[in-house]
Amino acid sequence: MSATLKAKIEEVFDEPGCEINQAKSAKERKKGCTKQLAPGAAAGGCAFDGAKIALQPIVDVAHLVHGPIACEGNSWDNRHSASSGPQIYRTGFTTDINELDVIYGAEKRLFKAIREIVEKQDPPAIFVYQTCVTGLIGDDIEVVCKRATEKFGKPVIPVNAPGFAGPKNLGNKLGAEALLDYVIGTMEPEHSTPYDINIIGEYNLVGELWQVRPLLDALGIRIQSCICGDGRYAQIASAHRARANMMVCSKSMINVATKMQQRWGIPYFEGSFYGISDMSNTLREIARLLVAQGAPAELQDRTEALIAVEETRAWGRIRAYRERLAGKKVLLITGGVKSWSVVSALQEAGLEVVGTSVKKSTKEDKQKIVEIMGADADAHMIDDLSPRQMYAMLRDAKADIMLSGGRSQFVALKARMPWMDINQERHHAFAGYEGMVTMVAEIDKALFNPMWREVRTPAPWEQIDPLLAAGAAIPAFQAAA
Amino acid sequence: MAIVTESKKACAVNPLKMSQPLGAAYAFMGLESCMPLMHGSQGCTSFGLVLLVRHFKEAIPLQTTAMNETTTIMGGYENLEKALVNIRSRAKPRIIGICSTGLTETKGDDVEAFITLAHQKHPELADTQVVYVSTPDWAGAFQDGWAKAVTKLVSTLPKQGLPKRPRCVNVLPGAHLTPGDLEELRELIEAFGLRPAFVPDVSGSLDGHIPDDWLGHTLGGTPLQDMEELGGAIHTLAIGEQMRPAAQALQARCGVPFTVYERVTGLTATDAFIHQLSQLSGRDVPAKIRRQRSQLVDAMLDGHFHFGNKKVALAAEPDLLWAAGMMLHEMGAELAVAVTTTQSPLLERLPTNEVVIGDLEDFERLAQAAGCDLLMTHSHGRQAAERLDKPLFRIGIPMFDRIGNAHKCYAGYRGSRNFIYEVGNLLMDHLPHHGPNDWPLPAASRLAAAGTHAHPSTSDDKLAGASA
Repeated sequence: MSATLKAKIEEVFDEPGCEINQAKSAKERKKGCTKQLAPGAAAGGCAFDGAKIALQPIVDVAHLVHGPIACEGNSWDNRHSASSGPQIYRTGFTTDINELDVIYGAEKRLFKAIREIVEKQDPPAIFVYQTCVTGLIGDDIEVVCKRATEKFGKPVIPVNAPGFAGPKNLGNKLGAEALLDYVIGTMEPEHSTPYDINIIGEYNLVGELWQVRPLLDALGIRIQSCICGDGRYAQIASAHRARANMMVCSKSMINVATKMQQRWGIPYFEGSFYGISDMSNTLREIARLLVAQGAPAELQDRTEALIAVEETRAWGRIRAYRERLAGKKVLLITGGVKSWSVVSALQEAGLEVVGTSVKKSTKEDKQKIVEIMGADADAHMIDDLSPRQMYAMLRDAKADIMLSGGRSQFVALKARMPWMDINQERHHAFAGYEGMVTMVAEIDKALFNPMWREVRTPAPWEQIDPLLAAGAAIPAFQAAA
Repeated sequence: MAIVTESKKACAVNPLKMSQPLGAAYAFMGLESCMPLMHGSQGCTSFGLVLLVRHFKEAIPLQTTAMNETTTIMGGYENLEKALVNIRSRAKPRIIGICSTGLTETKGDDVEAFITLAHQKHPELADTQVVYVSTPDWAGAFQDGWAKAVTKLVSTLPKQGLPKRPRCVNVLPGAHLTPGDLEELRELIEAFGLRPAFVPDVSGSLDGHIPDDWLGHTLGGTPLQDMEELGGAIHTLAIGEQMRPAAQALQARCGVPFTVYERVTGLTATDAFIHQLSQLSGRDVPAKIRRQRSQLVDAMLDGHFHFGNKKVALAAEPDLLWAAGMMLHEMGAELAVAVTTTQSPLLERLPTNEVVIGDLEDFERLAQAAGCDLLMTHSHGRQAAERLDKPLFRIGIPMFDRIGNAHKCYAGYRGSRNFIYEVGNLLMDHLPHHGPNDWPLPAASRLAAAGTHAHPSTSDDKLAGASA
């Protein structure tokens, strides 16, 4: 690992915005904030993956992966981060290095690759991602990017987050560091208003930002930049002129918020678009911060009026499902904010949350779960559920439906139990008031599909379906990589 | 569950339906060494022939009595006689299947008497079996013509009083089954050590193989001898409600018990079929078929995400409508529009509000009104799909703008799996891609956000821009 990368990781781990981090000793802090990965029992993405997830939603730039084919070839165009215009972010660019490159170094190939992109596509900027192999052989992407920036007269941004640096969450932060070091503050906006905000850590999956944006539009609040969902290079480069920052999705890009506060004095708050009360609180916080920064105070009144109308509308639409969903049991296997933020909507729809995983949740997340679920919340918090345990839980009908990410879907499906995707690979947008209604509608759709009755019908020549028979041996499941 | 209504229009627009005699002629094409003969004008035959050629991409044997105005008025005996003699001397088939048409039925030709007369006059016709079925164009539809032809075949050709032949079963497949479906059913039946006789068997004649010789009549299909021996079977399996009269006729003639399968597409539907094969044969369900069942269950699990709550408009003949419609329903799709060609007891049991006996104009209008996500009908649905900008899944006859139609297979566990994957993939190709304006706020919310105070954002332009 290069000295610069090592220093950068240490810097990222020293997070003033994180209380847990600040409570640690200097030595503990160096170890980082994520648990060490256990070989043979690890699942999840690498730092490169995290950096790519964080930055790829910038839709008008080329994302060039410097490394062997696996890093880009096996993963490109697999997320549903939506664009309202440019599509170049979905093009897979990689240097696809070969054996000779490994021996002699691949910096020249990288430089040529950048030139080819400039000649063929001419995007406003190019992001270059470091990977393990090119990091190991000592390719200096910072130098190459610097040289290319000078040569081609356009920003070429090095993203130094090779996979072996750590887990996905670290990669989110390292990707964000690239924005702080090379992008934010390098351009000026055409104009700015007292109502300008940045939204940090929102990726516009399946267009979720567009479920929220009409609310802000109606209030006259302008999104200076979204970092990075449906993002444009020029908007992010001039993000430092916004009046307030909202930080989405727990702590994945907290360094952007804290450093923008240090450098430009932009206050931030942490909010969520998932869940109805969260959406309302988010709107309130945005209004509060903008007013504190000098916007007219009536913004807060208008915000409250909008919240009142929209909450009534959403609860009304969710309540319509109550009769059908009452008493149905949900197992929620996700992490972070979603471990609690969707619970109240599920409860309002009459669903009973029998378990929520807290593996990736922070202390605050857990506290929220206790607030929402009450005294017996502990019993419903699941720290780490193995696929085998999930399967047993579903098979024994302790839950009627599982909400989780794509990796664990087959645990539910092979037990012939309804499952719905609530993580990044999903095809439905669940943000804001609209999104909660959609989510409840999707749960209803999954639960009441007549297909379940069909697939649970044992073959007529079998008395009992072997798979559903109680006490049958549980097949071993491997989480899909 | 469904109300069955007949379109009240005087003018059918963009027809869904094809005629009865063509269905009957298609059934005759599933017999070995057969020449189907339409008793009507040349055009009756030519249109049908072209339609089947374009669907199967095969040479189609189909002859005509070539009636003209004079022969129609004077009676078609001479034309029919000449046709029989000419076909006998040129194509030399073992069997000639005659179907009447609108023209000759309107005139009222007594074709049965013509045939007797021709046989008396021409002893050389003695070695040629002639079967006649009355199929006026102005009644029924394609599947009715098929059903009538098969009913006629099994109520005239099988010998009576034959000893029972163990392990022999008869299969009477509906017109909606493709050659590929029949091959699948044959494989399933044979897996139990049973010997099936299919009547008719288009999988032998229209499966798109390269024959060793060029002959004027059908190549492959049910041999005449097999039809004569149908009475020796232990059971008749009729596939599709349309085949019930044929199965009843065979039972009346030869005493073979029968079971009608409304469909063999779908998990539990196929289960019932397989279960009966197991009982008829006294054998356990082979591991291979259990595996196929398991694969179908997995396909249903993987596929249901894409079918759930999707609104489908389906137009097809009753038995195909039933098979595809029930499969869609079982996968969680909503059968929002159902249009068909002719009456069937199945129609009112479809899981939908209304089944319209109508045309593709009705189909298009209803699909638009219901906001359907997917259209499903034969190739003539393509114009509607273009106009409505919706995907079209082609099913049924004709499919003139596709190749490989003979090998489409939606029967049995594997066929059902195909259906789920093919339709699911089409639905996946048309996943909605959301845009910035997909979730506009209602006026009440925008007014609340604008507040009572004058504010830049309350101007109409700004509001329109925010919610457009």
